Amino acid sequence: MKVTFPHMGHLWLVLKAALTGIGLEVVVPPPCTRRTLELGVRHAPESACLPLKVNLGNYLEAKELGADTIVMAGGVGPCRIGYYSQVQREILRDLGCAYEMVVFEPPDVHFNEVWDKIKYLNRRPWQDGVHGVVMAWLKACAVDALEQEVQRLRPREAQTGLADAVFRRALQELDAAGSRKEVNRVVKEIKGELAALPLKPDVRVIRVGIVGEIYTVLEPLVNLDIEKRLGALGVEVVRGLFLSRWINDNLFKGLLPLPGHHPEKTAPPFLNHFVGGHGWESVGDTVTFARRGCDGVIQLAPLTCMPEIVAHSVMPAVQQATGIPVMTIYLDEQTGEAGLQTRLEAFVDMLRRQKGVRAG
Amino acid sequence: MKVKQWRLGVPRALFYYYYAPWWEAFLQALGAQVVVSPPTTREIMDLGISLAVAEACLPVKVYYGHAAWLAPRVEALFVPRLVSVEQKSFICPKLMGLPDMLRAAIKDCPPVIDVTVDMSRRPEEGLKAAIRDTARAIGSRGREVYRAGEIARARYRDWLAGQQEQGREFSPGKKEGITPGGQPPLAVGLVGHNYLLHDRYLGMDIAGKVTRLGGRVILPENFAPELGEAACRRLPKRLYWTLGRKIMGAALHLMEQEEVAGLIHLTAFGCGPDSLVGDLAERYAHRHGKPFLLLTLDEHTGEAGVETRLEAFMDMLARRRPA
Repeated sequence: MKVTFPHMGHLWLVLKAALTGIGLEVVVPPPCTRRTLELGVRHAPESACLPLKVNLGNYLEAKELGADTIVMAGGVGPCRIGYYSQVQREILRDLGCAYEMVVFEPPDVHFNEVWDKIKYLNRRPWQDGVHGVVMAWLKACAVDALEQEVQRLRPREAQTGLADAVFRRALQELDAAGSRKEVNRVVKEIKGELAALPLKPDVRVIRVGIVGEIYTVLEPLVNLDIEKRLGALGVEVVRGLFLSRWINDNLFKGLLPLPGHHPEKTAPPFLNHFVGGHGWESVGDTVTFARRGCDGVIQLAPLTCMPEIVAHSVMPAVQQATGIPVMTIYLDEQTGEAGLQTRLEAFVDMLRRQKGVRAG
Repeated sequence: MKVKQWRLGVPRALFYYYYAPWWEAFLQALGAQVVVSPPTTREIMDLGISLAVAEACLPVKVYYGHAAWLAPRVEALFVPRLVSVEQKSFICPKLMGLPDMLRAAIKDCPPVIDVTVDMSRRPEEGLKAAIRDTARAIGSRGREVYRAGEIARARYRDWLAGQQEQGREFSPGKKEGITPGGQPPLAVGLVGHNYLLHDRYLGMDIAGKVTRLGGRVILPENFAPELGEAACRRLPKRLYWTLGRKIMGAALHLMEQEEVAGLIHLTAFGCGPDSLVGDLAERYAHRHGKPFLLLTLDEHTGEAGVETRLEAFMDMLARRRPA
């Protein structure tokens, strides 16, 4: 059995650690490229949301590398992701692309099913599996800690791109790390390297919060590397969505003492009910960022994403009440780099003028 | 314990086409005056388009239009927050946020009665809570509410029964009328959300157009809902959208009937659930060898284009017909 899974930002690093840990042969899909997107777009339903199309592209590219089993997450609504697996299976079947699919659904449907799937996949003694899961968790935390550091450095570094180069190397080293000690060593070394990067003298940055649907926030292919673009424009990016936090909120049910989302406290009175996906969190995080003194918020969403359309619809009320400017960007296969860049520059210019800070 | 007689606005869009008799009977029995917006017109649609975000689906934009038309004419809008109307199923996310979306979009929005209807976990309790909260919002409680609920339920039951009788009962083998060519009309299954199929302006009266082209339209309410439910149970995974399941069930049931020559799926641009459900239905239809026409409506859809596509589809069905 050669197992593959869909890409989402740096998720591959985490999943690879976990799946290798339980003794599976893992085929990491080739990094997302335009080709991935085009393959997916060609075969997916036209008005499906973008993650479905990119994931499909991942599966088709992984097939070329010999993968025969897909491990993915499901759901029971109301967001469309819960039905991705069903549609993708039929598409792959019509394409004559043979895949076995192991879909993990929330345990409140059939707890035994989840258990059976883990047992089905597991190839090693339980202690090894636990070790794999622990390694996956440590790597997720390490990636997130380093990425936050990079977000802080991007607008401040003297030469654009150095922090990202260090971060890329960190991902490779973390991928290779096999023990807690090694992970800690990588984090320490990389942090040291990042701290040693030369900075611009007296730079004044503005802070922009990024909210939105998790896939478009975390996957640089579909958001056209928006965080790097903003960094180059002198913007420090903050966001509430990180892999480790998402894993904590969704898989460990918020057991670990990490800052989580509490949309039930922050989103009302603008949005008073969950709407699936990350719609409620998007509104809640926007309010949180406004309170913490961010200069603006950018909301990212795949075109036709239902929960984010709800969030987008109530953003005018949030803007009016908190005064924070919000720009919503819908992403799909048609999104062009130049158009995105122009919108970002205009937004950042506006924020700077509003703040009374001179550019540069 | 009525405090006053409310003038309540009920937009004629979205779930109006599923629950109108229930709502009207219930609110009126509690002494409220119910104002329903007029059938969709160009003006109402344009009003909605100007208020809603561009990425919202067409039916939601039309809903905005109806609500905005009502806003200056009533004392409160009745916009229940429909989360779920049956166990383990959901309505689309946009319906869950609808009251909040309207409040953010409509200037001088009157108070919105946004009782939450969530029957996903305990259907009985969810419904009871929704009824109680609605009554409380207009100042009623106690026996009166119970009585109004009974009246509403009776009216709703009659309406459902009437709808099935009204539609020509679909039974395999039953053929009506003769086309100019001397052959019985082609049976065409038409599936989609009720708020598209039954809103004559928004839905462009596809059923009427097909009939005029010599077809015999079979709508989902023309056969027992259990047939659709049964067809849907054959799917490997339960469909968790209530309306998506209705559409899928109708499509699956119809494509298995030998008499049905082809299927038309009417959808609106930007409909999330339809983008997946419709694609699955189309794949199954192809495997059954049934022609499948997807008609996507948006605010720019022209009548002539729709008619051309329908004509081509009907011609194709006629050519495929065994001599």
